[in-house]
Amino acid sequence: MAKKSIKLSSTSKNNIVTYAILAAIFIFVEVWTATGNISSLFKGLLVPLCTYAILAVSLNLVVGILGDLSLGHAGFMCVGAYTGAFFSVLFKNSEGPEWLRFVIALLLGGIVAGIFGLLIAIPVLRLKGDYLAIVTLAFGEIIKNIVNLLYVGVDSKGLHISLTNSANLNLEPDGRMIIKGALGITGTPNDSNFVVGFILLVITVIVSLNLINSRTGRAVMSIRDNRIAAQSIGINIAKYKLIIFTISAFFAGIAGVLYAHNINSLTATTKNFGYNMSIMILVFVVLGGIGSTRGSFIAAMILTALPEMLRSVGDYRMLIYALLLIIMMIANNNEKIRSFEKRISLKKLIKTKKENRGGNV
Amino acid sequence: MALLEVKNLGIVFGGLHAVEDFNLSLEKGSLYGLIGPNGAGKTTVFNMLTGVYKPTTGTFSLDGKKLTGKSPVEISKAGIARTFQNIRLFKNLSAIDNVKLGLHNQMKYSTFEAIFRLPRYFTTEKKMNEKAMELLKVFALDDEWDTLADNLPYGKQRKLEIARALATNPKLLLLDEPAAGMNPSETQDLMDTIRFVRDKFDMTILLIEHDMKLVSGICEEVTVLNFGTELAKGKTSDVLNNPEVITAYLGD
Repeated sequence: MAKKSIKLSSTSKNNIVTYAILAAIFIFVEVWTATGNISSLFKGLLVPLCTYAILAVSLNLVVGILGDLSLGHAGFMCVGAYTGAFFSVLFKNSEGPEWLRFVIALLLGGIVAGIFGLLIAIPVLRLKGDYLAIVTLAFGEIIKNIVNLLYVGVDSKGLHISLTNSANLNLEPDGRMIIKGALGITGTPNDSNFVVGFILLVITVIVSLNLINSRTGRAVMSIRDNRIAAQSIGINIAKYKLIIFTISAFFAGIAGVLYAHNINSLTATTKNFGYNMSIMILVFVVLGGIGSTRGSFIAAMILTALPEMLRSVGDYRMLIYALLLIIMMIANNNEKIRSFEKRISLKKLIKTKKENRGGNV
Repeated sequence: MALLEVKNLGIVFGGLHAVEDFNLSLEKGSLYGLIGPNGAGKTTVFNMLTGVYKPTTGTFSLDGKKLTGKSPVEISKAGIARTFQNIRLFKNLSAIDNVKLGLHNQMKYSTFEAIFRLPRYFTTEKKMNEKAMELLKVFALDDEWDTLADNLPYGKQRKLEIARALATNPKLLLLDEPAAGMNPSETQDLMDTIRFVRDKFDMTILLIEHDMKLVSGICEEVTVLNFGTELAKGKTSDVLNNPEVITAYLGD
């Protein structure tokens, strides 16, 4: 037994802490809600909290593990959101349990986003750094703009798609419009809630950590650390880039479905699916410490909740938000603060306490 | 038949003949040195043999299998492993993970099996851990299995790189200046390790080195390159006393 605990590597210890933190967050929120102390504003933030956490964890796979800068993550989220919402609205009045419809919508949104991830990964295989960032940025914008032009309706003859206007759909009298161009999709069932969102976040974290601590994850990290050496030991760079882009986009799509089922009318604007959003997700990942799954979702949660917490300062809210962001970034990157954190780390506190207790006995 | 057969290998970079007419025939189990002044084209030869550069002329084959023009990944799978002049470890990964990456194409399971933690993940990982620890032990790195490669002392990083290369189960090992930056006692230690590797793994080793003590100590035969062409070739002691070689190194 003792031998086994020695064999536990630092990464497995890290993963246990990550799961413990997730459990703590869940219990905290549940207790908070059950005791009725939670404000309605925060209650409304619970699903977005999970959505952004999933986005951050999935983007971390590309930015932190593969080491490629992607600025199109909101684009994959958009694809997932529209696919999921489309499916749910299409089958809104059909028979069958609601949860099943939502599960299928989630899977479908993830899979379609994953396919887009694969498609965008193929042309960018040879790109690195700034060039890759620009191509992915453009991809996100293209998706957002295409979706704004998309009209889809359904009638007894099947689906009708147009990229110009609703009249071109030539719907039968019994037909109904589902995607209405810039007006988006309305009437998506509100299937999302905190528990579902949190389960999806946990699944994302589990898949992410399982992937990182495996043959595949090591191969991906070897590409990040040293491309030439990775090739020299026989790692197929293209294959692993495609895998990681696809999985990352899959979870961004799932986050999109979650997002779409939390609001009544889904539209693609600069604010929710534009590059602002992509940058925001990137900020979560960078602030959480690039490559850290745990840091990604914690940063996403804190930064999503922060504007609400700062509501008391009124007009200065965004100013203070920006200042806090700058301070956190600097603190996160400061060698002195890091070593200070190490000195006062929880682990050490527990250790010294144990030693003291041992001394008393 | 020789293990490695190189015939008239050459490469041109925009009019510059970096390497011309390089010939080499390595028998299984030999320890061969490739020496020459800076810029002679030694590392270029390595880069051609590992597929990083595509040779302009000539061919090379391993165990009778033609490898000219193949990609680095294919060449690695065919059985040529290398280390680098400037250490290229996976710095943010632990020592054991570096070696396990070397085992990447030896022991396999799919990404699907990894995500869902299916039985083959556990059995294969266990085998990988055992094999990697075994290799780390050979290089006396087993105590530092969980240390990040970047945090290892220089000499140990060099050894870890050799361990990683050996993990790919190669037929031929290319060492690019393994003793660079080492002090005399570390170099001595390295010489023992290289000899040990050759004997224990029945390995064929081709190495580039500037440290003449190391070359004369362990290489049975050497080739001297100068300005991309072969200057001398033969038994180490003969070649090192060749006046032309001395001139190439020290000038007139």
